[in-house]
Amino acid sequence: MPKSKVYVDFDAAVADIPDNVTIGFGGFAVVGQPVNLTGALAAQGAKSLTCVSNGLRGGATLPDDAPTLEWLVKNDQVKKVICAFTAPTRASQKLAFTEYYESGRIDAELVPQGTLAERMRAAGAGIPAFYTPAAVGTELAEGRETRVFNGREYLLEEALPLDYALIRAYQADEFGNLRFARAQRNFNPLMAMAAKVTIVEVEEDILPLGAIDPDDVHLSGIFVHRLVKVPPAPEGWWPMRASEIAARAAQKGASR
Amino acid sequence: MSDARGLSRQQMCDRLAMEFEDGWIVNLGIGIPTLTSNCDFGDKAIIFHSENGVVGYGPLAAPGKEDMHLVNAGGQHVTLNPGAAIVHHADAFGMIRSGRIDVTVLGAYEVAENGDFANWKMAGQKGGGIGGAMDLAACAKHVFVAMEHVTRSGRPRLVERCAIPVTAKGVVDLVITNYGLFEITPDGMALKEIAPGVSVDDVKAATGCNLIVPSEVPPVRLRG
Repeated sequence: MPKSKVYVDFDAAVADIPDNVTIGFGGFAVVGQPVNLTGALAAQGAKSLTCVSNGLRGGATLPDDAPTLEWLVKNDQVKKVICAFTAPTRASQKLAFTEYYESGRIDAELVPQGTLAERMRAAGAGIPAFYTPAAVGTELAEGRETRVFNGREYLLEEALPLDYALIRAYQADEFGNLRFARAQRNFNPLMAMAAKVTIVEVEEDILPLGAIDPDDVHLSGIFVHRLVKVPPAPEGWWPMRASEIAARAAQKGASR
Repeated sequence: MSDARGLSRQQMCDRLAMEFEDGWIVNLGIGIPTLTSNCDFGDKAIIFHSENGVVGYGPLAAPGKEDMHLVNAGGQHVTLNPGAAIVHHADAFGMIRSGRIDVTVLGAYEVAENGDFANWKMAGQKGGGIGGAMDLAACAKHVFVAMEHVTRSGRPRLVERCAIPVTAKGVVDLVITNYGLFEITPDGMALKEIAPGVSVDDVKAATGCNLIVPSEVPPVRLRG
């Protein structure tokens, strides 16, 4: 009987992550974002991390005090970020990461979003590199290898393998077969396929084998290694509506 | 403050939306282009695609009715139209790279008369925000831009050559600003339609490149 993939809590699931590894953080605009695992990694304290994520903050459905990659940045756990946004997506937002990057305390590699996704897909599919038309003729392509196919110029991009992927899913069975809800898929299956170790925070109770019809599995448990059930709020983090965030902030203010 | 003359942002998007053809797959960038999903398409079936894999999303969800698992590329809670499908990011960008997107509507800092445009990095900035813009700009069948005509400090955004790093070269077809509708032609930037309350001299004075101006410039077509 192989070791169970089900972990008791987030801290246990990230406990052995060492310094100097490359970690993918899934999700897009909070949907599918591993908020709880990110908080656990901030508490665990691994350093010199290379973090791969579309952006740093997420979106409007997380309150300001929820864990994001910003926590790892402020903890000085991050060496480098590979992402599609180093600047905040809204001019009104301020990111610690942007300051750290502009002052040279953190390195960053800015990648077109489709290239970022495909580099991880390639890593998960055993393909070392590929050519894409994105970013041809831009500053990002300067000094890099391009090649013409059928009269069009393409830029060489290399696969982006990960040591760990932290993702969030809707349902999982004990083998780690995953189902995502709505737009929760985004980068998550790609990061899982690219990673040596995939850790998943799961929204529903972990299901027995056979409970998810094989036709409904979005990501095979072959790519999944650790599962943690997200407890109900406030112990676990869940996306919130603007009204819920405002009510929560008012309650916190009142109890202070 | 930006120049408030001419078209509202919604009117800008309404005008671009008139160019969409029945059955087109449309991808909207963040900022002004998002308003395009509010447009009335009449009998035309328009399918909205977003980078996070939602194909066939509909209007914004009513407050309290949001599906917390469902957002568009701007992070807004949207609804799904009948026939919608959801894929992961690599498939969403596969649709983009393989030329399945008929038009992308993007915001921009600058558009040049040769069809180059810049929207990911401001002058002197380290890093920036690319998002899906480079993939979309390189691969969509049409690239439309919706932006204010001048910057906050009053500098033209329609220029001879982009002064800041480009997102893609030679790809823009059509530009809507609050001053009017502009087409990138083999001969340069052409003023096609002009906004109410704005004169051709106003447009020329606020534009940083030569403009091809017909003897009679029609007003911007607006609905209702």
